[in-house]
Amino acid sequence: MKLHEYQAKELLARYGVPVPKGRVARTPEDAEAAARELGGRAVIKAQAHTGARGKAGGVKVANSPEEARQHAQAILGMRLVTHQTGPAGLPVEAVLVEELVDIEREIYLSVAIDNTPGMPVIIASAQGGMDIEEVAASSPEAIFKQHVDPACGFQPYQGRALAFAIGLDGDLLGPAAALIGNLVRAFEASDGAIAEINPVVVTKDGRLLAADAKFSIDDNADYRQKSIAEQRDRSQEDDRELDAHDNGIQNYIALDGDIGCLVNGAGLAMATMDAIKFAGGEPANFLDIGTANNPNAIAAALRLIGSDPNVKAVLVNIFGGLARTDVIAEGVIIAKRQGLISQPTVVRLSGTNMELGMKLLDEATDIDLIRADGFADGARKAVAASRGEK
Amino acid sequence: MAVLMDRNSRVVVQGFGGAGQREAKTSIAYGTQVVAGVTPGRGGQTIEGVPIYNTVEDAVAKHQANVSLIFVPAPFAADAILEAESAGVPLIICITEGIPTLDMVKVKRVLKSSKSRLIGPNCPGVISVAQRSRAGIMPVDVYMEGKVGVISRSGTLVYEAVDQLTRLGIGQSGSVGVGGDPIIGTTQREALELFEADPDTEAIVLIGEIGGTAEQEAAEFIKTMKKPVVAFIGGATAPPGRRMGHAGAIISGAAGTASAKQQALRDAGATVVENPGDIGSTMQRVLKEKGIA
Repeated sequence: MKLHEYQAKELLARYGVPVPKGRVARTPEDAEAAARELGGRAVIKAQAHTGARGKAGGVKVANSPEEARQHAQAILGMRLVTHQTGPAGLPVEAVLVEELVDIEREIYLSVAIDNTPGMPVIIASAQGGMDIEEVAASSPEAIFKQHVDPACGFQPYQGRALAFAIGLDGDLLGPAAALIGNLVRAFEASDGAIAEINPVVVTKDGRLLAADAKFSIDDNADYRQKSIAEQRDRSQEDDRELDAHDNGIQNYIALDGDIGCLVNGAGLAMATMDAIKFAGGEPANFLDIGTANNPNAIAAALRLIGSDPNVKAVLVNIFGGLARTDVIAEGVIIAKRQGLISQPTVVRLSGTNMELGMKLLDEATDIDLIRADGFADGARKAVAASRGEK
Repeated sequence: MAVLMDRNSRVVVQGFGGAGQREAKTSIAYGTQVVAGVTPGRGGQTIEGVPIYNTVEDAVAKHQANVSLIFVPAPFAADAILEAESAGVPLIICITEGIPTLDMVKVKRVLKSSKSRLIGPNCPGVISVAQRSRAGIMPVDVYMEGKVGVISRSGTLVYEAVDQLTRLGIGQSGSVGVGGDPIIGTTQREALELFEADPDTEAIVLIGEIGGTAEQEAAEFIKTMKKPVVAFIGGATAPPGRRMGHAGAIISGAAGTASAKQQALRDAGATVVENPGDIGSTMQRVLKEKGIA
C-alpha cells in the first residue's frame, strides 16, 4: 500500500527524520492559509501516487498566499497524467503546502528489501533528484549500500560509512548518520516495502531535509499496521480493483485488453495472460482467485470480469491443487445462470476433483460454455471467441 | 531417490486444520508416512488417524519426524518455521501465503546458521514420485514416474508443466516448488543444484517469473550444469510496477523483466520456452536431441 508524500513525511517526522515545514490542504482557501503560516512564500505540491509530478504541472512555487491559493485552485481537482499513471491519470484531492528551501546539494536515500540475502538494504547516492535506476545503469560506482542484519539491527557505523561515501562529512556527518538510522527505524517499525527520500536536500544554511518522500508498506503486514492502513486513499486506486478487493478478491489487476481471465495461482494467471498474447489476443485483467474456495466467491469474481465493458470473451483456466475444480464449476454455473457473464466463456479444468467438475458442467445443459482441453487450447479458443469466431 | 524426500521421510503437519487434514489424507493415500500433526492445545487427540501434539518437539521425540509441512496462518507462520527449526527438523516446507516480509527477514537469518532447510513459503511443496513421498498440496494424479525434475516459483505452473509432460509420456523424478515470495528458504539455483546431483534426474524444467534476480542467479549455475534445462518465465505481458499476485512478482527494475531473465537463461545454455503451452513439447524435443528419451 502506497502513502501520499504528506503521509510519508508525517510518518518519517515521527521517527525523527527532518522534513520541511508545511502541511496538507484540501481547498484553495486552506492552501492560502497554510502559505500564510509559512510566511507567504511556499511550494504547492499535488498529492497523487506518482512520481514526475513537477513535469505534469503538479508542483508550483507561490510567492504570496494569494498565489498559493491560485496554484492550489489549478492543481486541486486536476487529473495528474505522468508516464507512471497511464492516460487516465490520477485525481488530486489534496496539496502539500511547504516552505521553500535554498538548496545546496541533493542526495538520494532509500531503504528496501534485498531479496537475495533476505535483508533490508540502505541505498545512498550523492546524485539525488535523479531516477536511481538510471544512476545504477550509468554510474553504478556512485551508489553505496549497507545491509541491515536482523541479528544486530542497524549500527551507527553503517550510517557514518554511507554519509562519508556520499560526501556528507564535517558538521553534516552526525545529522546525516542520524537521519539514515531514523529512516531505517521508520521502515522496520512500519513494515516498509520501500522508503525513498529523493532528494534529501542540504540547504544553504546547512540543514538536511527530506524534500520528497515515498513510502509503501508490505501488504502482508496490513493487519498489524492498522494506523497506516487506515490512511489508504481509495481515490488513487482503480474502481474495478477496489470492487474486487471489497469482494474478497485480493489479486485482481485491470489491464487494457478484451479477454477476461479467471485463474487459480499467480503463476498460472500470469502464464495465462502470456498464452492469450501468444494466441494473438490481449488480456483484460490478471485475476488469481487465491484461496476463494466457494462457488459464490467465484461467481462474484466472474461478475466483476463480465461487467468490464471491454471484455468480449472470458477464459476460466483452472489447475486445481488446493482449489477444487468442482467448486469452480459450480461458480461458473451460478454466474452463467444469473447472467453475470454474458460473454462467450471458455472453461478449462484440470487437477483436483476434475471428473466431478466436468460432470457438473456436463449436467448444466441450459448454459452455453466452450470447453478447452489444456491451456494453449483454452487461450486459442478464447481469442477466437473474442473475435466472434467459432 | 529424486531430491529432498524419499520413503524414509516422516512428515509432521503443523496447523492440522481443514487444509492440513485434507492434504495429509492425500499424502497418506499416496504412500507417504505422515506421522503426526501439531496444533497447540489439541495435543493427545487423534484426527484422521493422525496423532496430534502440542509442540513440534513432542512430535519429533515421539515419531522421529524429519519433515515439517506448515499450513499455519500467515501471522503465525514465521513462528511455526522457527519452532520446527528449533526442534531440529531437517526439512521444513511452508505452504502458507502472505507472511510479512520482515518476519521472513528474521527467519532467513536464523536459517543461515542452521542445519534445517526451508522450502517456501508460499509454495506447493515437494514430491518424489518413485518414492511415493509427498509433502505439499499438489494433485498426485498428474504425476508419472520418470526422469525429469520440475522447479517452480509458482504452484499451479508446476501442475501445468507436469501435466504437459505426463500427457506426452514423459515422467518426472519429482518437483520442488520454491515459492512466490520475495524471501524464500531455498532458491531456484539451490534446487537446480539438488537435481543436478540426483542420479534419478536426467533433465530439468525451471519455471521462473518476473521480479527479483533469482533466475539470473540460477542461470549462473546452469552454465556449469551437465543436465539440460528447459525454462519458462511467467509474466512477459505483465505491466511494470504492479504486484502480480505473488509478493515477489513485481517488475521494479530492468533485471526483473521477463526478457532480461529469458536472455540470462538462454546465454547460460538453457532452452527457453516463450509460450507456456509448449513446456512439455519442448522438453520432448530436448530429450530426443540429447538422446535421453
